[in-house]
Amino acid sequence: MNSLVNGVNYGNLFAVTLPETILEIVSLLVLVVDLGWLRKSAQSTRMAAACVLGVLGCLSSVLWLSAHPQTASLATDALAATPLVAAAQIGILILTALVLLLSVKAEFSRNPGEYAAIVLLSATGMLLVTAARDLLIIFVALELLSLSLYVLTAFAKSSAQSAESALKYYLFGGMSAAMMLFGFSYLYGLTGSTNLSEIATALASQSISPLLVVALVLVAAGLGFKIAAVPFHLWAPDTYQGAPTQIAALIASGSKVASFSVLIALTDGVLGSQPYGQNPPWIMVLVWMAFASIVLGNLAALVQTSVRRLLAYSAIAHAGYMLLGIAAHTPQSSASVLYYTLTYALTIIGAFGVISIVERSTGSDKLDAFAGLSRRNPLLAGSMLIFLLSLAGIPPLVGFWAKFNLFASVLRSPTAGHWGLPLVALALGASAISLFYYLQVLKRVYVVKSAQTEPLLISFVELATLVIIALAVALLGVFPSALSGWIPLG
Amino acid sequence: MLALTIYISFAGALVLAMMPRAAAAIVRVIALAVAVIGLAVALMSFVAAGAQGPVAVADVAWIPAMGIRYTLAADGISRVLVLLTGLAAVAGILFSWNIGDKEGDRANEFFAFFLALIGGVYGVFLSVDVFLLFVFYEIAIVPKYFLIAIWGSTRCEYGAMKLALYSFAGSAMVLIGLLAAYATAGSHTMNLQALAQYPFPISFQMWAFPLVFTGFAILAGMWPFHTWAPTGHVAAPTAASMLLAGVVMKLGAYGCLRVAMTLFPHGLDPWGFSVLGIDSWRTVFALFAVIGILYGAVVALVQNDFKFVIGYSSVSHMGLVLLGLLTLTQIGIDGAVLQMFSHGILAGLLFATVGRIVYERTHTRDLGILSRLQLGKAMPFAAWLFVIAGMASMGLPGFSGFVAEVQVLVGAWRAFPWFAVLAGLGIVIGVAYTWRAMQRVFFSDLPAIDSSGASVPIPEYEPVTWAEKTGVILLTGTSLVIGLYPRLLLDVIAPAVQAMPHVLLTGGRQ
Repeated sequence: MNSLVNGVNYGNLFAVTLPETILEIVSLLVLVVDLGWLRKSAQSTRMAAACVLGVLGCLSSVLWLSAHPQTASLATDALAATPLVAAAQIGILILTALVLLLSVKAEFSRNPGEYAAIVLLSATGMLLVTAARDLLIIFVALELLSLSLYVLTAFAKSSAQSAESALKYYLFGGMSAAMMLFGFSYLYGLTGSTNLSEIATALASQSISPLLVVALVLVAAGLGFKIAAVPFHLWAPDTYQGAPTQIAALIASGSKVASFSVLIALTDGVLGSQPYGQNPPWIMVLVWMAFASIVLGNLAALVQTSVRRLLAYSAIAHAGYMLLGIAAHTPQSSASVLYYTLTYALTIIGAFGVISIVERSTGSDKLDAFAGLSRRNPLLAGSMLIFLLSLAGIPPLVGFWAKFNLFASVLRSPTAGHWGLPLVALALGASAISLFYYLQVLKRVYVVKSAQTEPLLISFVELATLVIIALAVALLGVFPSALSGWIPLG
Repeated sequence: MLALTIYISFAGALVLAMMPRAAAAIVRVIALAVAVIGLAVALMSFVAAGAQGPVAVADVAWIPAMGIRYTLAADGISRVLVLLTGLAAVAGILFSWNIGDKEGDRANEFFAFFLALIGGVYGVFLSVDVFLLFVFYEIAIVPKYFLIAIWGSTRCEYGAMKLALYSFAGSAMVLIGLLAAYATAGSHTMNLQALAQYPFPISFQMWAFPLVFTGFAILAGMWPFHTWAPTGHVAAPTAASMLLAGVVMKLGAYGCLRVAMTLFPHGLDPWGFSVLGIDSWRTVFALFAVIGILYGAVVALVQNDFKFVIGYSSVSHMGLVLLGLLTLTQIGIDGAVLQMFSHGILAGLLFATVGRIVYERTHTRDLGILSRLQLGKAMPFAAWLFVIAGMASMGLPGFSGFVAEVQVLVGAWRAFPWFAVLAGLGIVIGVAYTWRAMQRVFFSDLPAIDSSGASVPIPEYEPVTWAEKTGVILLTGTSLVIGLYPRLLLDVIAPAVQAMPHVLLTGGRQ
């Protein structure tokens, strides 16, 4: 506790949290503008105004972050300001901005101002989670993020499915938060500190006690829920299916980036930053979660008929791949996990964007709703082709390089020892299987003829957003080192 | 200059993908122009470089953090296969000239996928960096799925999915092997030649070699992983089966030689013990190749679908390629590369005859029905075409297939005498199935009757178009030229095989 209160340089702290502060101010501004001035305006105007303001807020945070290169390893004891953290934060802000752009035409809510404001608040939570290096900050920030997402999931008030999925998400989430807090309290009891680097020092001199194993398992349960890893994944398919599409995209993207960032930080805290970890139990927990997620996620996705559920199960599988990188625990593998989450998040936002447009037109997210999309809107179909092939890991799209970097770093890690190669082989075999279900969607898009053949009209903002995301996914794949200025993969 | 073949194909694919659907006529001309330029570039570089060693084409840093470079170069083997790709591309477009005639043919998408596939194939044959090669390899597989699923026939979605899953399972195996090699070498490079210098431990090569070899050999149609090939060939539209059998299966064989055998030569022969006379991976795979030769030929002999006959004959002919590679003799590998070229041309010709000329006009591929149509009289052009292609394919002297098969068998005789005898038997069965198909389709004496049993006059069919004739002349001419003067290719192939790492030609034996 001392570390939080003493020795804080407030100027420094303010500088580090300025991006979050900007977001909070903008979220208040959105509320004032929407409820104060635009209350009488048309629904669509209000949504557009709120979203555009939110996007501007995100972009100003990005501008501040990129104008202030962060080199300090720790800005305070509780918050880190490293280049990797900055990369994750810029990524989260861009992802949030994209989600808001895709919401410009959304019609699910009668409260546009609140919607945009809560999205910005959840982004604030994500930024804080990413930077947090203290158990208390981690917990508070995760709860800010989670509570915002619970509310957002229920935002489509007229949809019973939305309410049901929010309830499930909330109940599972509350449970896992409790477990994580319990685990954190054990960690504090064992080490006498809530600061991750102090925990690392304290644990390095201890032998592994049963209590520590219990603590680690509880923490893993809490974070496993956030990243939807098996066996804590049960909420994911229902939430992805029931939530408004934009929110499903936010859960699958920004919140994933934040949760994986904190998982990397926690792993450093538990294992110390030496490449050879001192704590095999934590590694084994991660490895088993990875194994189960890869197998179950891919197999369950094979039989889905709803595209959203299909993406939910594939997200579970992707979380499994990333867990391998975290268990490998080298600077390279951490960077590769970040690269993977950021590019995966970008791709999945694009895929959900296409789903939301198809859903608006056909009223369904079933596979058959996608039939004949290539005739109805070739540009939209082409974007979906790029997104899904990238998720399947087909070169030269960015998803291939994300997998390649990740698995190469796992194989090169000294920690990976005897589980590295078998699990990487399993993951690669599983991604060959994953091609089957991604092709099921693409088959509908390109091959199957549909009764509806009239062109699918979409707004310019949505189309431009999706095409830009698709171009980014393709170009980052052709020039994979474009991100390496941010994320040192070497 | 050779790199232009890659860029122009992808650029062409992009342009065509952007074109409106209605502009089918322009789309076809653009596609043909792109393919012809590619062929011209390949031909010019073939003539200009002659029998010289490898020619560097491009080399720039691509992903510095991982030591991956965009390195392209061409030696004799690559130049021969690039030339084959150019020929197959031009012929494929000529034989799909009718796509776009009908409403809803989606010609722009068809030719866009076609050119993307061709670009990927050029890329594989020119890559020196293993990861670049892998990237192009996968690029070449994806368009196949759509070409078959959208424009195919006979259970096309099933065939396309089967092909995609087999190929990706294979490439996952390759990727595992390559990642493991990269991590083991720790040398921060992906250059094939540089990696081949690295002394991978024998215990590592022992499992890495079969993994990567099988991964590539799946696409080459190696028994017992060949089942995608006949289904895929039958389901695919004519141009796609021409490319599939003509060049895409060659990618697999090329990968076996260039990646698996070059990187892990000690994995070929590392056992030191014998099970039932099989004492190394090399013998295991050679056995698979021989089974493939015999199995493909026997199954082709009993098919009643004309396209399945050709599909299974491809499995048989690709078995010869693999057997030639595994002989690890100069003459065997020369013969294997020549057989890749020759089979590429002849499979293209056969699929064009069956798919485009016969099937599109009679709307049947059933040998029983075809034998009652008196096609020899109704379609003399097709009949003579099939006679020529069939003769060439069964290895008649004077055509390219003969020279290739003789070399493979000589090489096999030195390495595995028994397998050589069995492979020779496969060639004899090859004569039988070709003869049977030829007789039943074109020269049957059965009276012409329709399905109700009433006798009918010899039907009139739509005449052969200029595009089809041009394609036929291109392919038959090539096969004849190479058959009559094989040194044109052999003088280029042989030095390149000689220049491969010495350890490869000895199979790691000191």
